Amino acid sequence: MTAFIIRRLLQAVLVMLVVALIAFLMFRFVGDPINQMVGIETTPEQREALRVRLGLRDPILVQLARFIWNAAQFNFGTSYQFKQPVSEMILQRMPATLELSMVSAIFALIVGIPMGVYTGIRREAWLSKLFLTVSLVGISLPPFLIGILLIFIFAVNLQILPSFGRGQVVDLGFWSTGLLTVSGLKALILPAITLGLFQLTLIMRLVRSEMLEVLRTDYIKFARARGLTERAVNFGHALKNTMIPVITVTGLQLGSIIAFAIITETVFQWPGMGLLFLQSVQNVDIPIMAAYLMLIAFLFVVINLIVDILYTVVDPRVRLDGGAAV
Amino acid sequence: MAFRKLAVAAGLTVALGMATSAQAETFKYAFQGELKGLDPYSLNETFSLGTLGNVYEGLTRRGPELEIQPALAESWEVVEPTRWRFHLRKGVKFHNGNDFTADDVVFSADRVRSQESDLKTRIGADVKVEKVDDYTVDFVLPGPNPILHYEWDTWGIMDKEWAEENDTVKVMSASDESPSYAGLHANGTGPFKITGHETGVKTTFEENKDWWDYGNKKFNIDSVELTPIGSDATRVAALLSGELDMVYPVPVQDIQRVDGNDGTRALTGPELRTIFLGMDQMRDELLYSNVKGKNPFKDPKVRMAFYQAIDMEAIKQKIMRGLATPSALMISPFQFALSDQFERFPYDPEAAKKLLVEAGYPDGFEVTMDCPNDRYVNDEAICQAVVSMLAKIGVTVDLNAQPKAKYFAKVLQSNGFDTSFYLLGWTPGSFDSWNILSNIIHCRSEEGSEAPFNLGGYCNPKVDEITAKVLVENDPDKRNEMIAEAFKIHMDEVGHIPLHQQGLAWGVADDVELAQRADNTLMFYHVNKN
Repeated sequence: MTAFIIRRLLQAVLVMLVVALIAFLMFRFVGDPINQMVGIETTPEQREALRVRLGLRDPILVQLARFIWNAAQFNFGTSYQFKQPVSEMILQRMPATLELSMVSAIFALIVGIPMGVYTGIRREAWLSKLFLTVSLVGISLPPFLIGILLIFIFAVNLQILPSFGRGQVVDLGFWSTGLLTVSGLKALILPAITLGLFQLTLIMRLVRSEMLEVLRTDYIKFARARGLTERAVNFGHALKNTMIPVITVTGLQLGSIIAFAIITETVFQWPGMGLLFLQSVQNVDIPIMAAYLMLIAFLFVVINLIVDILYTVVDPRVRLDGGAAV
Repeated sequence: MAFRKLAVAAGLTVALGMATSAQAETFKYAFQGELKGLDPYSLNETFSLGTLGNVYEGLTRRGPELEIQPALAESWEVVEPTRWRFHLRKGVKFHNGNDFTADDVVFSADRVRSQESDLKTRIGADVKVEKVDDYTVDFVLPGPNPILHYEWDTWGIMDKEWAEENDTVKVMSASDESPSYAGLHANGTGPFKITGHETGVKTTFEENKDWWDYGNKKFNIDSVELTPIGSDATRVAALLSGELDMVYPVPVQDIQRVDGNDGTRALTGPELRTIFLGMDQMRDELLYSNVKGKNPFKDPKVRMAFYQAIDMEAIKQKIMRGLATPSALMISPFQFALSDQFERFPYDPEAAKKLLVEAGYPDGFEVTMDCPNDRYVNDEAICQAVVSMLAKIGVTVDLNAQPKAKYFAKVLQSNGFDTSFYLLGWTPGSFDSWNILSNIIHCRSEEGSEAPFNLGGYCNPKVDEITAKVLVENDPDKRNEMIAEAFKIHMDEVGHIPLHQQGLAWGVADDVELAQRADNTLMFYHVNKN
């Protein structure tokens, strides 16, 4: 087990190095950061001096080595635009993104599972057909369109929910939360739906197909034959057995929820890490871009590692000699 | 940090359901970009300077019509042509309670010209700033300069003691390892204080009851909340839903919607920025064209053909939805008194075709055009229109529209002016024609010390001669005549093709009254909320 974890950790380091390399190469094509940092009247000599001060005139290999060396120590430098330490800025923005991601994941689960169960059991009911149609919308419409649609209906026309921001947040020192105030909770609703809709659809369809399969198995037939109530059969036996794939998928999707929050955060001006990243792309704020990309890569690596370890715990059949699932 | 505590307090207030601020008037607004930092010398950009102008004041300020008014200096006089004397206002206090004196002005003059400052153009490096007494400061110039104080409304005076106490004398630069105090805190003399600043999230202001002009104040708001909203659709929705009192800019295609909506209106007006086209007239062969061995843009007839092929009225109506003022000059009529002597050459595709034949291009030619797509109002659409209009006179233009970060990296001096034909916008920071003459129309030097933004390299020594004279002429009428002469030469030779001054569009709630300044700056002391 220990050998397995060590091996996976080494692989993780390799993945991070590759991400760092790709990120670094990308930064050579995003544009000129200097022009975004100074006003238009700044003279060419002054621009050149700034370029030298930032180390952008050093040989590429020197820049790459410096970048990796600093990243290894979690030092991402100072933002070109805001002149603040990047790690501090990301930490400030992290609670917003994590809260939004968690709430939309929970929303996707508590709405998606019952919908999946229902459509699995009552395949012919009109409500099932409605759910399936709606889920098609959820899968095919891009999140920014859903977001703008929701804003148009609930903020502009009905004026019951805010169209942007996090509302009133309470600062707990290490964490700023919007979960403790009314306006904070109201502000969460639309972004959480926008971000969670795709996952909801995914979970619903997963639960439905699993239910359909499980309901056909012999032990369900026997349970029925023993005269157990429908509820006991459906929820006590069938649903329980559909949960393993659902938990796996949800865990794996958590990473992509956080990463995909970029779009939702932009539409709702949600002050999280994704919005910060997108703004930094527009501004060619390389330190922020680098830190964000490394963080997301790190997140995926960690989630995968945990899932791998859980597999070996839950299912001993998964062999430990490199055959672990991704 | 102070704002954290404040956020807790504010959060708890709401959590407990106590509405303590019932009669307080909070003005909430959104802008498309964010306030990058609070140090007034770190970034020479209209929005940052304008917003911080509510907190930090200069020796002068500008009114609703951009007229220069006394602010921290009560009056000034030109003692000798090269010595200006400023009499400072007495009894002014910074937000921390310190007195404003001549020492602060001298300190700020040094700081604004320091290595890391982005506002070095505010005062020339060779100007001497001398304290005469506590409330008098002399500026000794190397030569006469009639526009010395034109940009001083955005040169906010900082408190010397405060900066030294907090070890923030040096302007923060991105190459520094630790953040600077002045980048996160503000201490000016202005009508508003900053009470909280979360970078890129929210900035809050509160009125300064000790402001020196508080007795004459013309605003009734007591706090302000600024949120950056980058997405156009969200920004407009936030106004329409009544969550915000004002948003800007409003995309031109949404102006009607904002106007048609109950409770909001669109406030439009001309902006100072002039959008123009430029052509490479310097190289012997264009970098991006099928014409080899010569440069068609060296021939004024070709440039004139391009000029007359462009239908400005169509661009104004179809692309700018009326929100643009076609311009004959490279400067807004607001900023040059003799603008009405100039008129655009007429739109005439037939004449343009003839000119091309005379120049030796009866079948036109091919050229690539560089264009930003997220910098100016509908910039890419304007370029596309230009492309199709030029196609009608036989010129095939290959359009290369890119985000501003990539566009500027390509075409500016740092990349060797890598363009043949481009669209650019310019606002003279000094509000004065000399800025245009020296930055855009003057002959360019390769290393970029002269006219670094003359990307096409238009060059006429006669114009340069006049430009040098304009710089030192103290008589305003004579000076304007000289400027007009230079502009006339530039126009007749079609050094650039000025297109228009783009329009401003702000979305404002009906219960809010405010002044829309043509430099796209919102001053809180012009805001009233009923």
